[in-house]
Amino acid sequence: MATVILQAAFARRYTDGQTQLDCAASNYAALVTALEARFPGFSRSLDSGMAVAIDGEIYQTPLLEPIGPDSEVHFLPLIGGG
Amino acid sequence: MGNEKEALKAGIEQGTYKWVGTRPIRPDGADKVTGRAAFGADLDLPGMVTGTVLRSPHAHARIRSIDTSAARALPGVLAVVTGADFPELPNEVAAGGEAPINFRHISENVIARAKVLYDGHAVAAVAATSAEIAAEALSRIKVDYEVLPHVIDVLDAMREDAPVLHEGLITNGVEPAPTKASNIAGRVEFAMGDVAQGFAEAEIIIERSYTTAAVHQGYIEPHACVASVTADGAATIWCSSQGQFMVREFCSKVLSMDIGNIRVTPAEIGGGFGGKTTVYLEPLAVALAQRSGRPVHMVMTRSEVFRASGPTSGTHVHIKLGAKRDGSFVAGEMELKYQAGAFPGSPAFLGGMTGFSCYEIPHAKAVCWDVVSNRPKCAAYRAPGAPMASFGVESAIDELAQQLNMDPLELRLKNAAKTGTRTIYGPKFLEIGYAETLQAAKAHPHWSAPLGPNQGRGIASGFWFNIGGQSSAAVHVNENGSVSVVTGNPDIGGSRASMAIMAAEVLGMDLDQVKPVIGDTGQIAYSFLTGGSRVTFATGMAVVQAAENVVEQLRQRAAKLWKIDVEHVIWRDGAAHCTKADEAARAPLSLAEIAHQAGRTGGPISGGVSINAAGAGPGFGTHICDVEVDPETGGVKVLRYTAIQDVGRAIHPSYVEGQLQGGAVQGIGWALNEEYVYDAKGRLQNAGFLDYRMPVCSDLPMIDTVLVEVPNPAHPYGVRGVGEVPIVPPLAAVANAVSRAAGLRMTDLPLSPPRLLAAIDGAKAAG
Repeated sequence: MATVILQAAFARRYTDGQTQLDCAASNYAALVTALEARFPGFSRSLDSGMAVAIDGEIYQTPLLEPIGPDSEVHFLPLIGGG
Repeated sequence: MGNEKEALKAGIEQGTYKWVGTRPIRPDGADKVTGRAAFGADLDLPGMVTGTVLRSPHAHARIRSIDTSAARALPGVLAVVTGADFPELPNEVAAGGEAPINFRHISENVIARAKVLYDGHAVAAVAATSAEIAAEALSRIKVDYEVLPHVIDVLDAMREDAPVLHEGLITNGVEPAPTKASNIAGRVEFAMGDVAQGFAEAEIIIERSYTTAAVHQGYIEPHACVASVTADGAATIWCSSQGQFMVREFCSKVLSMDIGNIRVTPAEIGGGFGGKTTVYLEPLAVALAQRSGRPVHMVMTRSEVFRASGPTSGTHVHIKLGAKRDGSFVAGEMELKYQAGAFPGSPAFLGGMTGFSCYEIPHAKAVCWDVVSNRPKCAAYRAPGAPMASFGVESAIDELAQQLNMDPLELRLKNAAKTGTRTIYGPKFLEIGYAETLQAAKAHPHWSAPLGPNQGRGIASGFWFNIGGQSSAAVHVNENGSVSVVTGNPDIGGSRASMAIMAAEVLGMDLDQVKPVIGDTGQIAYSFLTGGSRVTFATGMAVVQAAENVVEQLRQRAAKLWKIDVEHVIWRDGAAHCTKADEAARAPLSLAEIAHQAGRTGGPISGGVSINAAGAGPGFGTHICDVEVDPETGGVKVLRYTAIQDVGRAIHPSYVEGQLQGGAVQGIGWALNEEYVYDAKGRLQNAGFLDYRMPVCSDLPMIDTVLVEVPNPAHPYGVRGVGEVPIVPPLAAVANAVSRAAGLRMTDLPLSPPRLLAAIDGAKAAG
């Protein structure tokens, strides 16, 4: 099971305050689907654009990025630059 | 091909490159030094007319009415537009490019609707047959304003009794949501560990507030564009920007035009630094061109650039740092309050994500506030948001080192983030080279050089994520075997040279036979804008893959000409070689020979690749600064400056060194002199380079650079972005040097002579 770690403020809003979740999913889209099933409205948090970090690698526009059974997943704001 | 690819990669790993890491003459150099380069203002089309903008003289006012009739009646005036001529867009944040964008705010920043929100806010625009007629027309436009109270400072804007800019602005990120509008657009928090526990474990705590001024990117070339619209409604825009596809998208939204009806050609760009990642003039020029039936040419004056295009935020930063007596960091906390300007969207959250990221701190928290005030909407500026937070953190570390009587470099080294360190925003770092920059600083003669009276030495570090993203590249083989490399990113920092070098490396050909070209939106597939230090990494990756695709085609064409299987053809040193045992004596086929016969073997040879690149390696830098303070005047002279950075792999080291030097100089200006000065009515008082004091060559020593190369494993040549990091350390490096020279902790930027002198005199008076 992959481990999803959320910032506390984000968790208060979308996952009943749970900052660490175990989730079985083989890719990013499946992970979001599974989290939405557990926490209805979760995917709305991603509508305006969020990046994801899977095992330290940041993906700005994720969809089918693979997630392993021991993966660590974080959601974070999109990063731009100058 | 497989063997060749492996050989190429083996060569890369061993650093045995023909072109990567060399310093050829830049492809754009001759045009720039001879004045031939065509910038945004340089296009001249038949029938072209002049567009100018009427701007608000008030910091905050309601527009009761605008009467343009007298301007329209003036002979030579061909079109006048106001906010009423632009569509009202929904007030919602949407994914745009690679960042959430509220296009209603973009539109209302381009031209005001019900209210003007800052001195310089566009109110109307005119197209006329001459600049003189256009100016006269502007003077005839009557705007009836109801002047409103205004607010400039970020802390003042957060007060409950502050004038509210947007009646419907409810703070995002606060639970429960406020019921009353305010200027606080948003709150974001990042945390790890237990900060209270961390500070309870601390044996020494440094806690201070710091401020930085709003500063402009200071690009030499002002915003400029030409727009032309055909009778059937197709618009073409020529402009200086950091992204032709960004301009196309933003204009499409602001004007409610089909994106397929807009073509944008990137002009040569005279500096951007993040400030050209949005639109100001382009939608106005298209609207005027639509109404006048003529191409419209618009150029901002320098005053307009300062008053109406985005600086970066002025900030209030509060830092608390806890450590053990041995120097181990145990807790860090920051509260960041950033000016967004007139519309939400400051980079406060990026300050929160980056401020502590150079260090292993088990317990850390960052609270970030995005605050609107009556200033021009802030725009990106190299490493947006990071320098201000870093200024606070790196100043606190310097003070901690002084209190612990430790070497500030050794203190940083003791706590340096490394591969596997968890960041405050969540993930752990993969391969990084921060400690290597500190080791390089320690070994540099600058660090141990003696100092004289009134002199001080500062050191500071900085971090930026770097990004990848969507990029496209096409490699076309010409009939004579030369090659064109087409990409979709304006070259703001030497990317054309890097693209050509990477293509030549893969193709094994002479660099002078490779011509890099920046395509318009009709010539190359989508590419995200030039920013985030992404182009040499992401677009470079696309170029490498496109060139590899061409190599594969060249092998196939050679196989056809030799009438053998392609598996018997390898590509080496710019030519096809036959490896078939009984035919190995065949003379190699050069790229030119294969290209010359392309018609016989299947037609033109070309490779196009579009990717969404991941794996941008984070960047870290460490800067050392020596200054001398004049205790009689408060003047500061920068004596010596060294910028050290992990650059992954420098494709063209001279350009990389230039990035480090440029970032350092901009940061020095930010630290010492640059600031927006407003009068009591909220009008900008120093909208020109005489009064807005940027460093010039005579102010500075030669900026020494050290390129540390810890290759990024996600890029075929190990590239990391380099453009953002070098502006992060200078604020604290300079301030730490000044603080040590003056014997005073300086916490408010800029460290201009009056401010420093007042601090010195104050300390003397206090005994």
